[in-house]
Amino acid sequence: MSGTEDNTPDDTVPRFLDAGEAALVVEFGSDVDPGISARVLALDAALSDRAPDGIRELVPTYRSLMIHYDPLRLSRDALAGQVMECLAAPAAKAASPAHWTVPCCYDPPCGEDAKEIASLLGIAADSLVERHAAATYRAYMYGFAPGYTYLGGLPPEIAVPRRPSPRGSHAPGAVLIGGGLCSISTFAMPTGWYVIGRTPERLYAPEREKPFLLEPGDTITFEPVDAAAFEALSRRAASGEVVARGPAR
Amino acid sequence: MTSGLTILAAGPGSTVQDAGRVGYLRYGVTGAGPMDPFAHALANRAVGNPAEAAAIEISLGGIELTVDGGAATVALAGGSFAVSLDGQVLPSAVVAELQPGARLKVRPGAAGAWCYLAVAGGIALPPVLGSVSTHIRTGMGGLGGRALQAGDRLPISSALPAFHEAGAIVTPMLDRPPDRIRVIPGPQDDHFAPDQMEAFLAGPWTVSPRSDRMAYFLGGPTLKHRRGHDITSDGIAMGAIQVPGSGEPIVLMADRQSTGGYPKIATIIGADLGRFAQARPGTSLSFEAVTHADAVAARAQEQAFLGGCIPVEPLVRTHFPPEFLLGLNLVDGVVDARS
Repeated sequence: MSGTEDNTPDDTVPRFLDAGEAALVVEFGSDVDPGISARVLALDAALSDRAPDGIRELVPTYRSLMIHYDPLRLSRDALAGQVMECLAAPAAKAASPAHWTVPCCYDPPCGEDAKEIASLLGIAADSLVERHAAATYRAYMYGFAPGYTYLGGLPPEIAVPRRPSPRGSHAPGAVLIGGGLCSISTFAMPTGWYVIGRTPERLYAPEREKPFLLEPGDTITFEPVDAAAFEALSRRAASGEVVARGPAR
Repeated sequence: MTSGLTILAAGPGSTVQDAGRVGYLRYGVTGAGPMDPFAHALANRAVGNPAEAAAIEISLGGIELTVDGGAATVALAGGSFAVSLDGQVLPSAVVAELQPGARLKVRPGAAGAWCYLAVAGGIALPPVLGSVSTHIRTGMGGLGGRALQAGDRLPISSALPAFHEAGAIVTPMLDRPPDRIRVIPGPQDDHFAPDQMEAFLAGPWTVSPRSDRMAYFLGGPTLKHRRGHDITSDGIAMGAIQVPGSGEPIVLMADRQSTGGYPKIATIIGADLGRFAQARPGTSLSFEAVTHADAVAARAQEQAFLGGCIPVEPLVRTHFPPEFLLGLNLVDGVVDARS
């Protein structure tokens, strides 16, 4: 049930929406926006830090935090109270995003759809790659499949809409653009987006101590590599090595 | 050798499920877990396991299995499936001892779409991201990330000593006709005008044959959105009822994706997830809006039941061990007969 009657929430008061009796959505806005995302992730960090008894798990998305909880251990009112306290003390624990340089091969066959995208946009393929690799992306959220990451920050001049109908299966590690966003896929699957490149990095590697490379809020740049370097990096990644460059451990 | 369950035959879609994968939705990992959480927990509790233990979720495809390496106590609970042990018909909710080589057959019965088989001690498989729940689409968990098939062997954990009375599990809490399902409106109920919410509740809705562990598709009236069917993706709880552009609701179940981009008109309450999951394709149903407090009360009732001693009534006996006879108050029985 809606927590407020207002459908366009202001900057300060989030909406509290019930998703059944065991999940509460704290919604900060309705759009994909770095400021809204930052508020979601700040609440995510603050609640993780407090870890009130009865919270089952937290799911940050573009614009809201879904809190799965056990209402027999933590009442909705007590949970909402915890959220309000976190919001009142936003500096309690600032999320510290990491920056990653992720290798990406844009050459065929990795960048399967690069030519198609370039011709859609009426620009040269080289120029497409240059612009894609020059941008800094923000990991907004995971979804769709384990390790499948949605990235904001795609330059508007290379933003293409989704395909009118899905294409066939792409390779794992495909770097996709569509719907104004960029994403990195982890499994071979059909997509309604365009394959601009492919990374040898594995965003989901179950054998690693930390199976998921990125945290929501992290930033990313893509570093172009040729097909030979892609093959070499893929072999190292397959053995468990992290081939993206990230913060010093 | 540790004892184990060997699958002799399995229709499609039976899998190993514990209570689900917790903590990884934020990384795009599906929670999986049982379609009917109450029946899964009940089967486990009936053999003395923790409610969350790994059990077999049996689909409408049915299953046939045996035990090796020693006797095992198993419990079945869920829909009204047809159960037999070496040809002897058993109740559909039952605790039974399986002797090595005995054949347990579970087939679809009078009603229900899922049935859970728990074994005392639990099924010992290596967890993936903290859970043994099978998610077939990503090949995660269970036995090789896939559905069970003939020849599979599931090792039984011997951590728990087993003494369990065999018999029928008798409780009105398993009597759950899926005709009226309780929901809490939202999280995007404001995307629908009041008359559309009324139409949604009244239905009637028919469960489509397209339904599976990921989602149940409903056919019925076409619902209209107030302002488009596209929203910025947000989290999805189990039992969320999303309404895509077609206007026909989709109920997102155990194998749902962690996030999605259609407005969710309502969410099935925890205590009715199993009731709904047991609706076979073709079932006609409607929804009833309840308050958050109602939903919490229903959940508390279920938890209290599962936390207590699961009522098991002996089947008709052909063997009377001394401890059984001593446990009977025969004198009271005589007095009762006279009154």
